Amino acid sequence: MPKLRTTRSPVGPRQLHPGAWWIWALGLGAAASRTTNPLLLLLIVGVAGYVVAARHGDAPWARSYGAFLKLGLAVLGLRMAFAILLGSPIPGSHVLLDLPQLPLPTWAKGVRIGGAVTLEGLLFALYDALKLATLLICVGAANALASPARLLRALPGALYEAGVAAVVAMTFAPNLIADVQRLRAARRLRGRSDRGVKSLLSVGLPVLEGALERSVGLAAAMDCRGFGRTVDVPRGTARTTAALTLAGLLGVCVAAYGLLTADGSAWALPLLLFGLAAAGGGLLLGSRRAVRSRYRPDPWAVREWLVAGSGVAVAGLLVWLSGLDPAAFTPSVVPPVAPRLPLLPALAVLIGLLPAVAAPQPPSPTSSPSSPSQPGRAS
Amino acid sequence: MITFEQVSVHYHDAAEPTLRGVDLTVPEGELCLLVGPSGSGKSTLLGTVSGLVPHFTGGVLHGRVTVGGRDTRAHRPRELADLVGTVGQDPLAHFVTDTVEDELAYGMESLGLAPEVMRRRVEETLDLLGLADLRDRALSSLSGGQQQRVAIGSVLTTHPKVLVLDEPTSALDPGAAEDVLAVLQRLVHDLGTTVLMAEHRLERVVQYADQVLLLPGGGATPVLGDPAEVMAHSPVHPPVVALGRAAGWSPLPLSVRDARRRAAPLRARLAGRTPPPTPTATGEPVLSVQRLTVRRGPVPALRGVDLDLRAGEITALMGRNGAGKSTLLGSLVGLHQPASGTVRVGGLTPHRTRPQELIRRIGLVPQDPRDLLYAETVAAECAAADQDAGAAGNTEPGTCRALVSRLLPGIDDALHPRDLSEGQRLTLALAVVLTSRPGVILLDEPTRGLDYAAKGRLVEILRGLAADGHAVLLATHDVELAAELAHRTVILADGEVVAGGPTAQVVVSSPAFAPQVAKVLTPLPWLTVRQITDALDDSL
Repeated sequence: MPKLRTTRSPVGPRQLHPGAWWIWALGLGAAASRTTNPLLLLLIVGVAGYVVAARHGDAPWARSYGAFLKLGLAVLGLRMAFAILLGSPIPGSHVLLDLPQLPLPTWAKGVRIGGAVTLEGLLFALYDALKLATLLICVGAANALASPARLLRALPGALYEAGVAAVVAMTFAPNLIADVQRLRAARRLRGRSDRGVKSLLSVGLPVLEGALERSVGLAAAMDCRGFGRTVDVPRGTARTTAALTLAGLLGVCVAAYGLLTADGSAWALPLLLFGLAAAGGGLLLGSRRAVRSRYRPDPWAVREWLVAGSGVAVAGLLVWLSGLDPAAFTPSVVPPVAPRLPLLPALAVLIGLLPAVAAPQPPSPTSSPSSPSQPGRAS
Repeated sequence: MITFEQVSVHYHDAAEPTLRGVDLTVPEGELCLLVGPSGSGKSTLLGTVSGLVPHFTGGVLHGRVTVGGRDTRAHRPRELADLVGTVGQDPLAHFVTDTVEDELAYGMESLGLAPEVMRRRVEETLDLLGLADLRDRALSSLSGGQQQRVAIGSVLTTHPKVLVLDEPTSALDPGAAEDVLAVLQRLVHDLGTTVLMAEHRLERVVQYADQVLLLPGGGATPVLGDPAEVMAHSPVHPPVVALGRAAGWSPLPLSVRDARRRAAPLRARLAGRTPPPTPTATGEPVLSVQRLTVRRGPVPALRGVDLDLRAGEITALMGRNGAGKSTLLGSLVGLHQPASGTVRVGGLTPHRTRPQELIRRIGLVPQDPRDLLYAETVAAECAAADQDAGAAGNTEPGTCRALVSRLLPGIDDALHPRDLSEGQRLTLALAVVLTSRPGVILLDEPTRGLDYAAKGRLVEILRGLAADGHAVLLATHDVELAAELAHRTVILADGEVVAGGPTAQVVVSSPAFAPQVAKVLTPLPWLTVRQITDALDDSL
């Protein structure tokens, strides 16, 4: 008897493994975190946007890229507004405009409102905010390309229940908004205004009651379908699991502290590796308690290697190049100089475009959602 | 398969036990239908089988319920998941994942079945329920009937011995309900699944049942027996049974086909008679809709609808799920802005009128009456309704409470609206809407969750309103209600009016929307049992 494939077929239109998308996007994000060169950052945003445009599906979450783009712009605007209003610690000589400064009492020393706005301060804020916005947009790209629910399905069994809680919470937000809209409309039926803050507040309690009822209903449905069935494990295994997980988490925390402080880098890296290994072992052991099996997981095939590899390559190359030519990666703001686009790093970022051809085409639904395929009825 | 031994259930905050003295056995491979008035404990009985009562809901369970040899008191619902599949009235509340295929696999994943088994069963279930074309679709994009089929499929994949269904067709249009029932029948015939199902709309299901379990409520002992025998004494029964009782047929027919084969003598007795003609309202329309188009999202929900409502006339609006019925009602009260066309209610344009002004002309009772009720008690709700109406015109305090007392005596002032029964809540919402004395009343799916007694009261109330000169429009899937009540029927499909006219003409010419009596006596123009009993009484 031939061995049956348990994963989805890697041939033809299919969803790429969500892990590959996230590695690719985090690789771009890691690359962005190494530079404040606006030209490089914009190039990374462009690469991410092109891949999303080329390979997104038509599921609801695919539209989240636009939301993250707007969020990035909002971060940029907010950072610039603060830089103008509150000033900047960067010393500058090119004063663009001089706002009237608000006199503050002595206990608020060090805080400034208004005052001179310098070109150097603005440039610094712009580069800084652009970096943050780029990171957000990279996360948005991963979100649009791989549904978070699909990523959670790929989690190890021990994390599964936490993952389900997160997914359920995510689906509740749209339901809550629909409830608010419906109840505000119902206020109109009572002859009350459906606009303004008051109408929003008055539907608060019914909306919460509805959400609570729905969650209890869902919990009952999930319980009836066997959610949370466990098998008994020996006491020793349970103890080892707990000890490994705890030690692992502690190790990771301490190592993170060490990495962030200046002098700890020598011992922090081995400790981080140890912590990750211990936590991984704990998760693996913990998964024995769950009886779950997995239906047709996404395969990890050549295309996944290419997509994830391109992200890792971008990150690795940019880290390496930033050591060779630090000036190109952090253009000077004091004195302000026009940033130039370094050739080699730019080419390295372009490797991130590989998924636009390497990733498989996402499947299209067989029939359009707006016309349910129901037989027409005689009239 | 399922045995109840002296089962009674008592919830902590209730004065009386919800169930008592249930002592019976449901054999394997039978489709057992659970019938009874609202509040007789149908949902509680179903819950004891799936283990939700008492593990999830609380309360005290006396006696013993065993399913396939497992005591539900000792097994939590998740430990019964491989044996009992449970599907409720609202499939969306049941879904955990976001696509059809994942949803079908979810239960099996929880049980830890081998991947090869899961793969095979998903394919089998897709075929069994006719869902193969929809496998990659997002659940939220499916129609109501498709969602209910996926919900049933999602519990079938674990191959449960027992299927427990709480009102599986209540929210569905007649066609979608037939699809779901066909699936259930196939399960019972092909797989030998034991099905325990509660349903208010007996006219849809009773002919499929092997056994009927009647919960009479009020502390009386439950009866399990042959459908025809139980129906002979049941306080709740479908029109075809009422027709059989009126005509004195024995054994009672349960399906339209049975009844038609026995109907020859009745046809002879009715020969030469016609039902009393439905009065046609004349006069100026109080509400008129012309070439109305409404967009919701990219697709138009209504495309060029024309409709007139006249005082004293009851109009039924029918059509499958998603045909645009609720959108039409919403547009009439100004919830949706027309993309083109006009709506005029007593000279006003609803979406441009202030709500205070509008509620004196037109009122809508939404699909879920709870949307309309905010207050903590019935008395506070009535006071608020008086105040809302008072702000709009000259309403004296106490108007709403008087309406509640007239429509449905015996509602306690201090109760929370959520604690009322479905029928009482509907009546309260209707009273709230009527307080400002609108000339036009709209009701969206008013009989969902109502038993026959509550439905009968609603029919009386709406007839009274029409006699007082109100224009009534009700959107409904309930063909029996439309036949009983409506002077005119309008059928919508894909946002367009496909049929409209006097109810008798429209429903008799359309099998999907015809009531049982019309199907039995076709082509004679009789629609309801009441018309027939009146005609037979006259002939004596």
